[in-house]
Amino acid sequence: MTLAWLVFLIPVPPLIAFFAILLFTRRSRFLSDLIAVSAILLTWVFAIIVLIGAFSNPHLGENPIEASLVWLPLGPSLESSLRMGVLVDPLGAVMLFFVPLTASMIFIYSTGYMDSGSYWTEVKNAELPPADAVVDSAGRTLVKFDASAWKARFMAFIALFAAAMLILSVADNLLLLFVGWELMGFCSYALIGFWHNRVYPDQPGRITPVGGGIKAFMTTRVADVVMLLGIAWLYSFTGTLNFREILYNEATLAALEMSAFPNIAALGGLTVAGAVGLLIFAGTVGKSAQFPLHTWLPDAMEGPTPVSAMIHAATMVSAGIYLILRMFPLLSVGWDGDVFTLPMQVIATVGAFTALFAATIALAQRDIKKVLAYSTISQLGYMVAAVGIGAYVAAAFHLMTHAIFKALLFMGSGSVIHAVDHGEEHAKEHGAAHVPHGHSFPLDFDAQDMFNMGGLWKRVPVTAWTFLIGGLALSGFPLITAGFWSKDEILADAYAHAPGIFIVLAVAALLTAFYTMRLIGLTFAGSPRTAAAEEAEQTDLRMNLPLVVLAVFAIIAGYVGVHEDFPLLGRLLGGNPFHRFVSGTLLEHPETLPFDFVPLLISIAIAMLGLFVGWLVYVRKPLEAGQPDPLKRALGPVYTLLENKYYIDELYDLIFVRPSIWLAEKVVYQLIDRGIIDGFLHFVARAAEWIAFRHKDFDTQIINEGTDNLVEGFGEMSDSFKYIQSGRIQQYLAVAVAGLLMLVGVFVWSLFIR
Amino acid sequence: MTLFSTDNLLTLITFTPLAGAVLLLILSENKYLARWIALLVSLIPLGVSIWLWFAYQQNPCVDLTAGACFEQQVAWFPLLNSSYHVGVDGISLTMVLLTTLLTPLAILISWTIEERVNLYMALFLLLEMGMLGVFVSLDLLLFFVFWEFGLVPMYFLINLWGSDNRRYASRKFFLYTMAGSLGLLLSIQIIGLTVGSFDLIAIMEKWPAIAADLPVFAGVSMRVVRGIAFWAFVIAFAIKVPVWPFHTWLPDAHTEAPTAGSMILAGVLLKLGAYGFIRLVLPLFPLEARYFSPVLAIFAMLAIVLGAFAAFGQRDFKRLVAYSSVNHMGFVVLGIAAAAFVGPAGRYDPNGINQLNATIALNGAVLQMFNHGISAAAMFALVGVIYDRLHTRDLNQMGGLWVAAPIYGGIMIFSSMASLGLPGLNGFVGEFMVVRGVWPVNPVFTLMVAISMLGLLFTGAYVLKAIRQVLHGPLNQAAVDKAHGRSIEINAREVIALAPLLVLMLVIGVFPAWIVGVINATVSSLLF
Repeated sequence: MTLAWLVFLIPVPPLIAFFAILLFTRRSRFLSDLIAVSAILLTWVFAIIVLIGAFSNPHLGENPIEASLVWLPLGPSLESSLRMGVLVDPLGAVMLFFVPLTASMIFIYSTGYMDSGSYWTEVKNAELPPADAVVDSAGRTLVKFDASAWKARFMAFIALFAAAMLILSVADNLLLLFVGWELMGFCSYALIGFWHNRVYPDQPGRITPVGGGIKAFMTTRVADVVMLLGIAWLYSFTGTLNFREILYNEATLAALEMSAFPNIAALGGLTVAGAVGLLIFAGTVGKSAQFPLHTWLPDAMEGPTPVSAMIHAATMVSAGIYLILRMFPLLSVGWDGDVFTLPMQVIATVGAFTALFAATIALAQRDIKKVLAYSTISQLGYMVAAVGIGAYVAAAFHLMTHAIFKALLFMGSGSVIHAVDHGEEHAKEHGAAHVPHGHSFPLDFDAQDMFNMGGLWKRVPVTAWTFLIGGLALSGFPLITAGFWSKDEILADAYAHAPGIFIVLAVAALLTAFYTMRLIGLTFAGSPRTAAAEEAEQTDLRMNLPLVVLAVFAIIAGYVGVHEDFPLLGRLLGGNPFHRFVSGTLLEHPETLPFDFVPLLISIAIAMLGLFVGWLVYVRKPLEAGQPDPLKRALGPVYTLLENKYYIDELYDLIFVRPSIWLAEKVVYQLIDRGIIDGFLHFVARAAEWIAFRHKDFDTQIINEGTDNLVEGFGEMSDSFKYIQSGRIQQYLAVAVAGLLMLVGVFVWSLFIR
Repeated sequence: MTLFSTDNLLTLITFTPLAGAVLLLILSENKYLARWIALLVSLIPLGVSIWLWFAYQQNPCVDLTAGACFEQQVAWFPLLNSSYHVGVDGISLTMVLLTTLLTPLAILISWTIEERVNLYMALFLLLEMGMLGVFVSLDLLLFFVFWEFGLVPMYFLINLWGSDNRRYASRKFFLYTMAGSLGLLLSIQIIGLTVGSFDLIAIMEKWPAIAADLPVFAGVSMRVVRGIAFWAFVIAFAIKVPVWPFHTWLPDAHTEAPTAGSMILAGVLLKLGAYGFIRLVLPLFPLEARYFSPVLAIFAMLAIVLGAFAAFGQRDFKRLVAYSSVNHMGFVVLGIAAAAFVGPAGRYDPNGINQLNATIALNGAVLQMFNHGISAAAMFALVGVIYDRLHTRDLNQMGGLWVAAPIYGGIMIFSSMASLGLPGLNGFVGEFMVVRGVWPVNPVFTLMVAISMLGLLFTGAYVLKAIRQVLHGPLNQAAVDKAHGRSIEINAREVIALAPLLVLMLVIGVFPAWIVGVINATVSSLLF
């Protein structure tokens, strides 16, 4: 089937772009932009062709687009070798819809956003500090650094990232998925730490981009090594890693369900399916930043904003959800629609808890991107919880809509930051006379702090409007936003199947609507609180166009999944085509729930209530410069707790990071290797030396007297040897080589001459 | 019989470096000439091995006992029934390719050696001959001669061209390895006398079949004799690999050796030990190997975990990379342990449930040997580049160098990721195969794999630590000043020396079938 071979080509253009940019065009920003954008657009074209083929196949679930080839020959027969290939089934088609869409928009956006980028960097140990250097309160010598020359490198890495996400999306087996998964992890690390020499003036304790990158990589790696065990186990048990052979195969699933945990009796109640499911879910906990491995995502915001949009909102963090959707038949094996399996219970609990937990933290953040980061964690929690309660289609639906509107929100926030940053530069050029409200220009002016903003509605109208659309979608504003339809579907499912989860998610939804309004109010409403905000400006078409495109999708993307019994709209919009399409991914197509007004009305009421309260506090009475957050007064010490993210970072530092460093340096290296093992070796060496000297004494005092003649004889002999033992290595070698040559001569003689 | 018939290929590969060494020692000291001669001479074995690789595809003689590939046998010590007998199968062929590939690259990296270049290059070529000889030998006595021979040039390379603490390091390396070799020699004698021949093929057939209670020496039963020989072999190879806790010579030797020496030391010399396990211990001592394989797995796990921790605890860039070898070779040993548990031809696995698992594990181990050879060599070369400019290995004296050396930074990140086991690059493939193969073998192995994941986690930690301290962060102006106006950026010669390694990392990572196919055929015939 030729379409399948086109699927192989989907990740190829950005992959080529990555190598082409790094090897050939890294000095040309223009060419690098051109290569990267054309590559992703070409990929989009490929994806659209494949999608047309996929949509025109009414039984895509039964007959997906697939092809594979032998990747690792293992064992005596080809049967047991590992194959790699591609698969596009309905779920994969959903990925192929939104991944190239958001990626293309982000690529275009990046060409504008990354054109400038200057920040403070430290000059260490210079004998003469540069003329324009300043010294901050921590005593560090700082200069401004312009990183815009690195733009080509940036484009290369996001191209690699896009390729990895596409590999993951079209993979037909768990190992190839893992390849894409880890490659994305690497890109995420490289891109978070992209401005690797950046430091923050007067804030020596603040995490730097490099620190954020390492934290992201290591935290997700904790999960990934656990997931790797799950993959190895599943592979050993089933003999394959192909999704269809495992998940679309009743016999294999039954075997996984029936086998009790082998060998280890303590976990006797667990089936192999359950154990493997939990191990694989660990991967999701890391990648999708679920509690307790969520800490890396907020610090990942140290990366340039397009990275946050692409990696930490639209695609990579979605990969975790995609994974559990993909593995859903394994996670839910034995689920009869009534009692949840153990992995499902764990997944639902973790997801719901994270949804609420992250939403509370988002309430008290000052940094515009941090709010969005915690909101991402919270929304991912929704999806995870949805998978946990078996709301398969709803989770996939929210995955798609969230990717779109969260990419929009992040790019909007980037646009805001860009505008404020430029405003700051402008204000500085105009001099202190323009500084209103008694503000000076501190070194560490934070263009991401919402309390430095305000009144941006008039300064950046395109951003403001599109941001509002994105924000409303996130809050689940009824009927006109995509987020409403998908979130409502999750809530409806939870209401029907798991009331406890429903309550948690509903509270989280209330908080979501509130903090979204707080975000919008603090950023756009009222009048500017700083000079920078007053002069903020952003009119780059390359940045505005993607915002508009995504805003359109943030409205219309929800209409594909409207419940068929929804009054009026249900029939009008084709009776839930999304559900009919995606449910074909599973062996047993899940039915839609009967339409129920109760959760719908609750969901609408909650969203409106949250938005209204937020409007009351932050929009109706906008914040003045220097005024503290009204929420701080209302919440008191709780606000401090939330602001500090429940001190989990500090806790992890205390119980994981520091002990590891201590263990590595002091115990494993210095104590075990240098102390015990080398100590023993040195003891043996000394002992041998001691014995040798005692032996020598013994020789000289006792034996020599009786064997003088013999010794003399040896002495004479060694005298004759001393000319050979000249200590010159050349000479030793010459002798050794001569010997070898004789040996070779014998061979040559016996081989060729004899 | 012509010189270039396929029968002579292995002899040609093995002894061309010797001819080069002789030439270098005869010629008067001229460093430019010496470098080029050494490079050109070392390219000959590489060319022939690539030819050999393709020739092997035509006629893959996968099983040694059924007749090895490119075999050649000439009488040597007829009195002892020892002959010059060489040949390769898929495993040794892979190692020969690795050796002949790394030697020219290491010589290219040695361009900066200025003192006694003739001698240096000659030693290097002799080293290559010793290593190749071990891989192609099909006679135990020959094997031992080459095994010992490789030791000598390495000792001098460290001792004469090493850095500050070279005397301690070289002596430790030499004595430690020598201590292992003594037992090896003794055991080879025992085996030779018992079987009546030193020929490996003959020994493989006869030695394991001798009944356990048959008195062989002065009334001592075969069981005891075999036990002694087994332990002597295991200790010799375990020191060479090195298996934890015999590993402490490695960080010293690697750190003090000249750059190219470290490349070969990590790239090839460590593989001799692992190769010894696969070639000799598995087929000759199946019973003992099976019995002690869980213990070996435990030590492998310790190497993986503690190696990673120790690497993470370093402040010396080169020592960090050196410890990464302990960590990576742990996976090799883990894979070998699983194969030992199942035994040759699945001897201890009557129902055949673990044969495929062990095959995957051993495939992974051999691939990991090749992969580690490539990535460790690249990493040491990269450490050498920095040391060459800055004259320090202290990570705390570096920082932010990516700004000063963008190409170097890119290459270092690429190689580090291969070493870290990033999927899409070579390291991952081998490690995944080992993990997958070892996991289901038995509960002890499962547990060891699970604990090893901690090592895999800290592999990430130390690799990222190295990148952070060398490349990232604000530029440390003092480091740039140390280069005395010279550019820190990697130069063209060094890029050329690294390029083949980088390409292989990517090619094996993306499409490993070309090399795993060769390994797998031999491993499958060994275990099925």
